[in-house]
Amino acid sequence: MASLTTIGNELYTGERSLPIVQKRKLWMAIAAGVLVLLAIGTVLRGGFVFGIEFTGGSEFRVTGLANASTEGAAEAVDAVVPEAEARAVTLGTDTVRVQTDAVTEEQAAEMRSALADVYGVDASEVAFSFIGPSWGADVSQQALRALVVFLVLVSIVLAIYFRTWKMSVAALASLAFDLLVTAGVYGIVGFEVTPAAVIGFLTILGYSLYDTVVVFDKVRENTAPGTSGGLLENINLAVNQTIVRSINTSIVATLPIAAVLFIGALLLGAGTLRDISLALFIGTIVGTWSSIFVAAPVYAQLRQGDTIAEAKEKPARSERGAVV
Amino acid sequence: MAKARSKGARALIWLAVLIAGLIGVNFSAVQWGGGSWAPQLALDLEGGTQIVLEPVVAEGASVTQEQLDQAVAIIRQRVDASGVSEAEITTQGGRNIVVALPGEPDAATMQRIQASAKMEFRPVLQSAPANPPGAPVPTETPAPAEPAAEPANAWDQAWITPELQAEFAAFQCADIDTTQVAPADEPFITCSTDGSARFILGPVTVEGADIADAQVSAATNSQGQATGGWAVNLELDGEGPAGFEATTRGITGLPEPQNQFAVVLDSTVLMPITSNVIITDGNAQITGGFTQEAAQSLADQLRFGALPIGFQVQSNETISATLGDSQLRAGLLAGLIGLVLVVLYSVFQYRALGLVVVLSLGIAAILTYLVVTFLSSTEGYRLSLAGIAGLVISIGITADSFIVYFERIRDELREGKHLSSALETGWKRAFRTILVSDAVSFLAAVILFLLSVGNVRGFAYTLGITTFIDIVVVALFTHPLLRLLSRTSFFAQGHSWSGLDPQALGAVYRGRAKFREPVLAGRAARSSKEAQRRQTIAERKAAMADASGKED
Repeated sequence: MASLTTIGNELYTGERSLPIVQKRKLWMAIAAGVLVLLAIGTVLRGGFVFGIEFTGGSEFRVTGLANASTEGAAEAVDAVVPEAEARAVTLGTDTVRVQTDAVTEEQAAEMRSALADVYGVDASEVAFSFIGPSWGADVSQQALRALVVFLVLVSIVLAIYFRTWKMSVAALASLAFDLLVTAGVYGIVGFEVTPAAVIGFLTILGYSLYDTVVVFDKVRENTAPGTSGGLLENINLAVNQTIVRSINTSIVATLPIAAVLFIGALLLGAGTLRDISLALFIGTIVGTWSSIFVAAPVYAQLRQGDTIAEAKEKPARSERGAVV
Repeated sequence: MAKARSKGARALIWLAVLIAGLIGVNFSAVQWGGGSWAPQLALDLEGGTQIVLEPVVAEGASVTQEQLDQAVAIIRQRVDASGVSEAEITTQGGRNIVVALPGEPDAATMQRIQASAKMEFRPVLQSAPANPPGAPVPTETPAPAEPAAEPANAWDQAWITPELQAEFAAFQCADIDTTQVAPADEPFITCSTDGSARFILGPVTVEGADIADAQVSAATNSQGQATGGWAVNLELDGEGPAGFEATTRGITGLPEPQNQFAVVLDSTVLMPITSNVIITDGNAQITGGFTQEAAQSLADQLRFGALPIGFQVQSNETISATLGDSQLRAGLLAGLIGLVLVVLYSVFQYRALGLVVVLSLGIAAILTYLVVTFLSSTEGYRLSLAGIAGLVISIGITADSFIVYFERIRDELREGKHLSSALETGWKRAFRTILVSDAVSFLAAVILFLLSVGNVRGFAYTLGITTFIDIVVVALFTHPLLRLLSRTSFFAQGHSWSGLDPQALGAVYRGRAKFREPVLAGRAARSSKEAQRRQTIAERKAAMADASGKED
């Protein structure tokens, strides 16, 4: 794609430039608008849909079927415990999943053999899981703790690395945007929230910041003390210079995620692979957008009125760039 | 130039040493540590059952690691006793116990795993060696039950009814159901834990919950002199001392085995203890020719029996071998597709440099495989589906580092630098960026790993490993390789397929000694000139020192 390289060249020299810093209020308004829309949409749709791991229940899976029709499956399970509310769905191409409310072990054993009869397989081929209602809560509680610890540590690391809390704040703002938008997409579409989705969600943390750090590293160089030009112009140039790189890194990061998502959804249906990759897929794409259109505008806004000379730190040796 | 080459070559040699070292440790693990050349698979890929047990504790009470470790030891004993091999029992998150079993456990095993350890002291009413398995049941019918006198106390022989006696005579130790807790106020028949003796025991006289502590010490005689053996010092509280005093008062001096009380754990007799002296204060010393190990084990078991801790099943997951297999194949297929897509895109976007991406990813894959296999052999790490997802996703994140580097080189070329200097300058800056962004990713992985349960761990683990390997590969392979390649005329002269063609990159440098005036476009340029006019001398000096790098 020579054209992407050409665009890259033009963005690099400044021949072509997106008004990211100049129109920062517009970009921030768009970000806020998206968040509000997602929030309203989530509420209107009826909140998040939680998986069986959060609500508790029993689940049966029959795999490797030539004909994965759900016909008779729910009825067979209902016949054992009528009030268990069996729900049968086809996953991927060869799997049927039946979920019920929590049942006792004896009931589960009966349900398994009932299902085995329906599909003509051995009862041992019917995978069974029981999940107490505290499991998902346990996982999310831990996840929440991980999130808080991570945010605290990472803002310290970023503030030390960039030597300005403003970058740290801007990076966290874009991180928050990524997490909220991903959560919002789950809410508005009604994707099932499972522990695997929570894993994917947490992984967005790492990736989203990765992308923002790459952009801010360039910003830092272009606005290092001793650089000429106005602060905001230099920020804008820096962001424009990293756009092509951002697009390339994002595409490359997204491709394997998309592969996992595709295989997970197509071959296995709902499950670990699909749930992890779906959250990551959304998060990566949103993360690319936000590192350019949220992090940079927020940072520029925070530095509004500052000049480069006001960056009082002495430039470190490495910042002087290469002496070749 | 020669220096650059030798530096590049040295890094590659280091990498080779690293790989050889990893192969070496793997080899030694396989040879002497019972490891294998392929990573072990977790249950969701191999098939099996995973049970997560959650402690049930009194309101406000917490579970200590020591308690958990003891519980793990007890559950392991129970699972082993049920004949299930290769069970894996671990603690998780400082709270839960995860029992992973190959295949599918039967109901009895499940019961056994869940039952909470129940410890109690009961007086021994009668004991005998265990019946050999399959011994003929005594034929004589028990005498018709006489209305026996109501037993007066827990050690009263009146508890032994003829039915009980008959049952005792025919009792097979294999019949014990350790999950059934015998009623505390009735006698019952059981065997020693090792199955060598049978007992008729009276009702409970001391509850395990009343055991305050049990410690090992050197045994002493009545004069307080060490006898050279080991003893367990038992300390009771609550209603323990009273019950213990009554029992010891009642049975001390009776003929054997009636002068014994049994320490019962999970319905089997850990050991019968002969009461030699009346204990009034709840502090007893148990001696009996213990080795230090045996004494320690008894003390641990006594302590554990005192724990107010039971477990309930939090989740129970059975994966059939078929499902595990199809999940494994799906994970590997996803990895393959992801890899091919990344390679195609890299070659498309970066031409010959794309091949450098391919080689670098190959090296990263080799390193990851060796590290994961080694950890699997030595640390018992098992690759789960989430772990594979982490590996696949890391392909993109690893390739991102190469892109950050390549784009940096391109930036430098655009500035009009020679390839060799563009490479070095670009590397310095890119490596810093890669380091900090990988540090952030690594931090995320470590926190996820430390604070999480279940699947998240496997995922965080592989993500952390690959982040680290990413740095190693980009520093010890990608950069040195580019250095060497930059010597070739294909790259040095910027062949249009090299991915580093200055012309295509709109470089200001246009071949030998032909320069184009660097253009700073638009406002940036104007403000730059203004700024130069206003500069102080110090600033100008700084700007000059900075000249080579300022515009990137």
